Amino acid sequence: MIETSEQTNAPEAGGMDRRTALKVLGATLGAAAFSQAIAPLTEWAENMSLDEYLQKHYRELSPVDLAMVMARMEKQTKEQTGVDVHIQDYRPQPGVKFGYALNLSVCVGCRRCAKACHIENNHDRPSGNSYIRVLEMEKGSLDLAKGRVNYDHPVPHPDKFYMPVQCQQCDKPPCVSVCPVEATWKESDGIVVVDYNWCIGCRYCEAACPYHARRFNWTKPQVPAAEINPDQGYLSNRLRPQGVMEKCTFCLHRSRQGKLPACLEACPTGARVFGNLLDPESEIRWVLKNKRVFVLKEDVGTQPSFFYFFDE
Amino acid sequence: MTPRAATTLIILGFTLTATGGQWLLGARPTNTEATSAEKPFRTPAATRSVVPPHRPEGTRPSVATGLVNHHGEAVGVACMTCHTTREPNRENGLNAVPREFHQGLVYAHAGQSCLSCHHAEDYDSLRLADGRKLAFDEAQNLCAQCHGPQTRDYLNGSHGGMKGYWDKTKGERTRNTCTDCHDPHAPAYPAWTPVFPPRDAAARQQAEREARHQDNH
Repeated sequence: MIETSEQTNAPEAGGMDRRTALKVLGATLGAAAFSQAIAPLTEWAENMSLDEYLQKHYRELSPVDLAMVMARMEKQTKEQTGVDVHIQDYRPQPGVKFGYALNLSVCVGCRRCAKACHIENNHDRPSGNSYIRVLEMEKGSLDLAKGRVNYDHPVPHPDKFYMPVQCQQCDKPPCVSVCPVEATWKESDGIVVVDYNWCIGCRYCEAACPYHARRFNWTKPQVPAAEINPDQGYLSNRLRPQGVMEKCTFCLHRSRQGKLPACLEACPTGARVFGNLLDPESEIRWVLKNKRVFVLKEDVGTQPSFFYFFDE
Repeated sequence: MTPRAATTLIILGFTLTATGGQWLLGARPTNTEATSAEKPFRTPAATRSVVPPHRPEGTRPSVATGLVNHHGEAVGVACMTCHTTREPNRENGLNAVPREFHQGLVYAHAGQSCLSCHHAEDYDSLRLADGRKLAFDEAQNLCAQCHGPQTRDYLNGSHGGMKGYWDKTKGERTRNTCTDCHDPHAPAYPAWTPVFPPRDAAARQQAEREARHQDNH
């Protein structure tokens, strides 16, 4: 009995006992796992500054910190693209809640709103990205799943109607409640915004949105230097990094200055009406009062600030 | 009665009403009629459109000749060049558009005569249904006579494109007038070629689904 156990424990000549082998294996795996775990840090060292890595959440930044952050971003853009951009922090105005209405009777589906968004918001050029998706719909149905986005024929087709869909700036936004890191939230004027520097890119919000209104930057957005819109907002159209979510902000860098959104200005038929829902004299309120408006997917309880209507 | 005679009678009746019947009946026009027929119509300031049209005022209406000058600009001939000496043809537009100088004019607007909207005595002006003159830059008031719902929506900011500020305390807004988007002679909105479609993953998946669907049939 004793002899047998001695034989088992005896180290073989020129070899290694099992305990040592396991130790070596464990140490190797541990080292590999550790190097994998710290890989983001080594990569970060290449393209991310310490300030950027340690940057706080937008809503925890003091005005001075935020000014420094935006100055740093302007400098980075200058280094990377050679373009002098101007990034500002546009805040909601008191007494303003934005509303948008779209007249489906006159929309012809020309996609000029989507193109204006593409240019205004510094979207990735190769993917033709835009916050607006124009759906070609069968007359008599509001089934969004049957809407086609890649139609390519003169419009309007007599048997179809056209429904541009963008962020509905919901009062009960499911995209906000699913965010695990609070990188997206709703501001007092109704705009749902994203802090691109806080977003971890998990895409929960994209899955939660019933309107398919959020976009993910699978790659670093490519915009030719000559086409970069230099008037940028921290929470809106500044150049986004790779791996973060983005969405329509009703062009807050424009609308919070009193200007109309780019998609409205581009609309050749005047199908779009934008304004302050809290101002009883505004045009958007006239539409809500006098037209038969509806919201998309009312049954899911998101309470959108975006309305659709038909003329008659 | 032939349709042609009937049309002539209708036009005659219309003209009669417009001019207060003075040339046929020899009646002396009352003061109000005289002023309404001679004084061009201007929209009262209170009911004028919320913002002025961005078309420069005082542009003389002209027809294109198809020629360009040495600056490469299109050469037009003012309407009054011919229409000061020509007798107006009240039937023009009812059956055919004028052959001379109006080539290329596509006319499809509810079968009206040219002189339903153009003023027979002053081709630099338009003509309201009651015979009053109207400047070209106020054409939307002419359109408004028939297109009530569109005018109502326009005045309330929900018809027609615009640019500028939603907050009028912060800046100006310019708005299109009717004729910026609609050809007054053929106002139905033309077909457009859409700009590029999205090329993202969702659009690709849809295209693939449609291709599979077609293969199955």
